[in-house]
Amino acid sequence: MAHDSQVSYLKYGNQTGLWSWLTTLDHKKIGIMYFISIFIFFFIGGMFALLMRLELLHPEPLFSADQYNQMMTYHGAIMTFMVIIPGVPAFLGNFLLPLMIGAKDVAFPRVNLMSWYCLMIGAAISFATIFFGGVDTGWTFYTPYSLETSGNTIMMVLGAFVMGFSSILTGVNFIVTIHRLRAPGMGFFQMPLMVWALYSTAIIQVVATPVLAITLLLLALEKVFGVGIFDPKLGGDPVLFQHYFWFYSHPAVYIMILPSMGIISELITTFSRKIIFGYRAIVYSTFGIASVSFFVWGHHMFVSGQSYWTGWIFSLLTMLVGVPTAIKAFNWVATMYRGSISFKAPMLFAFGYLFLFSIGGITGIYLAVIPIDVHFHDTYFVVAHFHYVMVGGTLLALTGGLYYWFPKMFGKICSELGSQISFFLIFVGFNVTFFPQFVLGHMGMPRRYHTYLPEFETLNIISTVGSWMIASGFFVTLGVVIYALLKGPKSGDNPWGGTTLEWKTSSPPPHENFETIPTVTGGPYEYGS
Amino acid sequence: MSVFLLLIQSAFAERFMPYQGTAIAAEIDYLYSFLLIVSLIAFVILIGGMLYFALKYRRKADNEPTPRITHNTALEFLWSGIPFIIFMIAFAWGLIIHKKMVDFPDKAFEVHVTGYRWAWDFQYKSGKKITNELYVPAGEPVKLIMTSKDVIHSFFIPAFRVKQDVVPGRYTALWFEAKTPGVYQVFCTEYCGTNHSRMLAKLHVLPKKKFEKWLSDNPYKGLSLAQRGEKILKGSCAACHGLSNARKIGPGFQGLWGKERVLEDGTTVVADAEYIRNSILYPQKQIVKSYNQVKMNSYQGQLSEDELTYIIEYFKNEKGN
Repeated sequence: MAHDSQVSYLKYGNQTGLWSWLTTLDHKKIGIMYFISIFIFFFIGGMFALLMRLELLHPEPLFSADQYNQMMTYHGAIMTFMVIIPGVPAFLGNFLLPLMIGAKDVAFPRVNLMSWYCLMIGAAISFATIFFGGVDTGWTFYTPYSLETSGNTIMMVLGAFVMGFSSILTGVNFIVTIHRLRAPGMGFFQMPLMVWALYSTAIIQVVATPVLAITLLLLALEKVFGVGIFDPKLGGDPVLFQHYFWFYSHPAVYIMILPSMGIISELITTFSRKIIFGYRAIVYSTFGIASVSFFVWGHHMFVSGQSYWTGWIFSLLTMLVGVPTAIKAFNWVATMYRGSISFKAPMLFAFGYLFLFSIGGITGIYLAVIPIDVHFHDTYFVVAHFHYVMVGGTLLALTGGLYYWFPKMFGKICSELGSQISFFLIFVGFNVTFFPQFVLGHMGMPRRYHTYLPEFETLNIISTVGSWMIASGFFVTLGVVIYALLKGPKSGDNPWGGTTLEWKTSSPPPHENFETIPTVTGGPYEYGS
Repeated sequence: MSVFLLLIQSAFAERFMPYQGTAIAAEIDYLYSFLLIVSLIAFVILIGGMLYFALKYRRKADNEPTPRITHNTALEFLWSGIPFIIFMIAFAWGLIIHKKMVDFPDKAFEVHVTGYRWAWDFQYKSGKKITNELYVPAGEPVKLIMTSKDVIHSFFIPAFRVKQDVVPGRYTALWFEAKTPGVYQVFCTEYCGTNHSRMLAKLHVLPKKKFEKWLSDNPYKGLSLAQRGEKILKGSCAACHGLSNARKIGPGFQGLWGKERVLEDGTTVVADAEYIRNSILYPQKQIVKSYNQVKMNSYQGQLSEDELTYIIEYFKNEKGN
């Protein structure tokens, strides 16, 4: 039996039972718990998506309108609050952050475990609403509809409130960890770009999420005690709610996308075996995006009745987000120049990401131009746009990252063939599902429609067929992961030739991550000759 | 330049966008075509570059050395500067068009619009009122002054590229000048509950003369009281109630007169004039069994005494047949 400092964290102290997981303070085990829970949430949210697409296969109703509206709400709420927001930071971030900066753990391991419980309790409350009347407000809870509907909005809002604390606590934990626990010799500009991405995300989580908590609290106050805040019948202003909601939810979009940009930076440099192009430019644009993200919320409200001047200021500021985003994309492509490029599955996901995220980003510019937005607002164009960003961007990066760091987590490697099959199914299926929705948006088909005019049918059929392809792609992913866990071949410590610190320890790492804390002497991506 | 714009116009916009019903719609489509062309070029450069590098520099041996290229200031300025300039052009161009959309012409023909779950009421200065069918003159600016009775709705005419949220407790407005007579689709684009996707209206653009004739027409002229009632039921009530017995959002109407209704609390009531009147004005008072999930809005103040009479006469007459 090897010494404790070399034993894999999975077998540390010979404790492998469920209780050892539920009470663990090891950031790696907590990361794996997030992985399992988020995977389950993702399949539930995905099931709602498939049911919605099934309803939209033909204009003739299959489910009742109220059932459809609930599916639409649960799909949105689960996917944003339980999958995309915690997806990269809480799962991959938790597992990787201490490893990447050469630390033994995060700064506050107990708070870290508490964050997981917050997510679980919040999720349990949200799922419980299904048995207590259901919720049909959409994930945006717009007033006064959310105040008037018979659904159990309050309980859902409470769930989102509790989950918000998970996000805030994780953010605080990451900020302190990055500031205090970097290995000797690792200055801020020796940190991997994934760490920078997690850092800027953590700042947004800490600053923006409390605003959501306050907004949801105000909504509950109004609904329970009749305090007039948003309801015009009580002298409130329904549009005020939209301002509050998007003041959180727009930065939240960057909570969802920034960490995925970190993953892509890691994947592209590793699989090109080349130092990243424009390291500092990527860092600065990460922070550029994070800071501007707080001042663009009004672009969700160009047709809400906000004033002419408000509209144009928000349009201008939104344009500014485009610049750092473009810089990142060009830097990634420039990194590949004269590299030694491997076509392994994680890199395919990075290619797919660049393809889909560019479309998502470019269509974002369309929506920032006010007269264009007036036509596209609340149509399927917007649905397609944010799925290209959130699924084509974040989820593709997350899946690619999963295949990439899976050997780090379990010391086993995923089937290359299986991973590639899952990529092609997801990538092609995604385009088949969502590209027709851009066209539907041009034609004027509004979103959140339970039934639609006959002229929209053909494109909806194509879209629904695509959703089945995406689903099969993710089932292949599930199969690949389970097979690798049970029967996967050993991966070795560094199967991809990564240069960041997490690859300098064994796979899976020991309980305290490194036998001896490493000393850093150079940048994170020293490939060059 | 304009020839070039015309070319892209015919090549792209017409293919994806709905019919251009107004002059501003055509202007918006120009801007849209500009964005489409520029973004296609950007996409080809970016993704083309990615694919080209991926194939050209694909790994041939396991330990190929790679050069250490950390940055290139000139290139980086180029690929931040050019997008920035394009974004600013799009922004400014957008602003110019947006200004025209929010500058209301002085002498616009005004129509008052009220949105409610799940229909649109249109009211004219002449006192004429109609549900889910908006009639306007062609070639003349029309201003819609809108508000909502319950939750937020949004008024969207794809062919005119106009959309405006309709908010309870305040007035919002939009304007357009329709070029060609015809029938256009109107959608509700702000989620408003159960029947959001059925909250549709038709916009009828008529030539000026025809419109004036329509406006001065008495909609009930030549119709019996029962026929007038049927007209109201088919307009205002059709989103939730059918004239047959089929259940829609609310109960169907067939053979209602004199029928015994079982209510939510188990009591029964005979559908007479009083019952019908109450069901319209105070819909929460007597709810038919199994319909307690849906909340009908009161029609108090929306239907006149005369119109209530027409509806009652319809039911009497329907039973008689």
